[in-house]
Amino acid sequence: MMTDEIILRVQEIHKRYGENEVLKGVSFDVRRGETKVFIGPSGTGKSTLLRCINQLTVPDSGSIWLNGEEVTHAGPAINLYRQKIGMVFQNFNLFDHLTALGNVEIALLRVKKMSRQEARKKALMELEQVGLSDKVNSYPAELSGGQAQRLSIARALAMDPEVILFDEPTSSLDPELTREVLEVMRRLARNGMTMLIVTHEMGFALSVANEILFMEHGLIAEKGPPSEIPTSPDFTRTRRFLGSFQD
Amino acid sequence: MTLLQFDFDLLLPVLYQGALVTFALILISAPFGFLNGILIAVGRVYGNRFISTLCHGYVLFFKGCPLLLLLFIIYFGLPSIGITFTAFTSAVIGFILCNGAYNSEYLRGGIQSIPAGQMTAALSLGMSRSQAVRSIILPQALRRSLPGLSNEFIYLIKYSSLAYMITVVEITGAAKAFATKHFAFFEVFILIGLFYLGLVTIAGYVISRVEKRIAIPGFGGT
Repeated sequence: MMTDEIILRVQEIHKRYGENEVLKGVSFDVRRGETKVFIGPSGTGKSTLLRCINQLTVPDSGSIWLNGEEVTHAGPAINLYRQKIGMVFQNFNLFDHLTALGNVEIALLRVKKMSRQEARKKALMELEQVGLSDKVNSYPAELSGGQAQRLSIARALAMDPEVILFDEPTSSLDPELTREVLEVMRRLARNGMTMLIVTHEMGFALSVANEILFMEHGLIAEKGPPSEIPTSPDFTRTRRFLGSFQD
Repeated sequence: MTLLQFDFDLLLPVLYQGALVTFALILISAPFGFLNGILIAVGRVYGNRFISTLCHGYVLFFKGCPLLLLLFIIYFGLPSIGITFTAFTSAVIGFILCNGAYNSEYLRGGIQSIPAGQMTAALSLGMSRSQAVRSIILPQALRRSLPGLSNEFIYLIKYSSLAYMITVVEITGAAKAFATKHFAFFEVFILIGLFYLGLVTIAGYVISRVEKRIAIPGFGGT
């Protein structure tokens, strides 16, 4: 599924909050259809990194390129790039005043300026994709955590993004609800969606990723295909981290 | 017993005319006061430093200024610097300025009670800040502010009677004139009191219908 075409380029991203330098120069390329999974201890800047990519957090220096166009310093054009960079949040951030259908429709109507019928048709299709056809008229408060997160994936997918950022998508879910969300993500990966995922679900990470990036102290410490983790000398710190994880 | 020593047939047309003026004062002031409140609240929360300070100053001034004094300034004061409004227009302006200041306080609270993730999610979908405020933040903030906004509307119904002090012949003014002429203060003012009571009751009923209609499961209570 992964191609050679570089779709997203992240160059030397630095971000500091006061005394605390969260990102100390992070760079990597993302190919179309690729799934990259970021792992590592809490507080090493993984979520900040994702937020820098769509400029929800503005990096102090460094640049982000989407399809050869610079996303950093884009000015008002940032809204255009954000359409192409979907995001799924740990706490879902669903629009509480809108039904499931409304959550998916709203950006199609307001941002993509689709007609009511078009938006509705597209939204219903996306809801079906994530198995929520029977929850179309439910409000977020009426959904389980797993349903809520699948809805937020449908909301992101509806914009036809080039890449989707997943910021700890299952961290606030029970194990059995985690499974249904991971299943949807696994299918997306199989279907060639480009995905950057921050997660603590190691089994999922190892099975779905084209590349694992181990972050520590604001830097990508080690990276490579998951198959190399058990043996490669490039993954000694990752192994130590995973070992501590299993305790 | 000296009650009801006057002719009801004389009183009713007078009160009817006054009531029409009262309705006009309320029905014109309320929607504009509502819009004014939204503008001030959004300016305070989302405006740059200058706009935000300006809106804050506005609220402080109009919350601090007694409404009656405000009406006096607009109707009796402004002509001294060459700005003249009719009594009715002066009253409406005063009500909109005052009502907007209070509404904006409720709305600001509503806006600030919406979790930051709502704005973040809206931006992540490619919405501009102003689209996010209009489509995502305000619809939620308005629902949260509704109890406060309703109270302000009820107040507006009652303080519309202050227009009488700048010569607008709304129902209180009309009643005062009639009562003075026929020396029937008690009956007439009791009647006017019932009129306001009825108005406020109807308003309360309509508001509760609106609240039920726009209620959303799991989103605040009614």
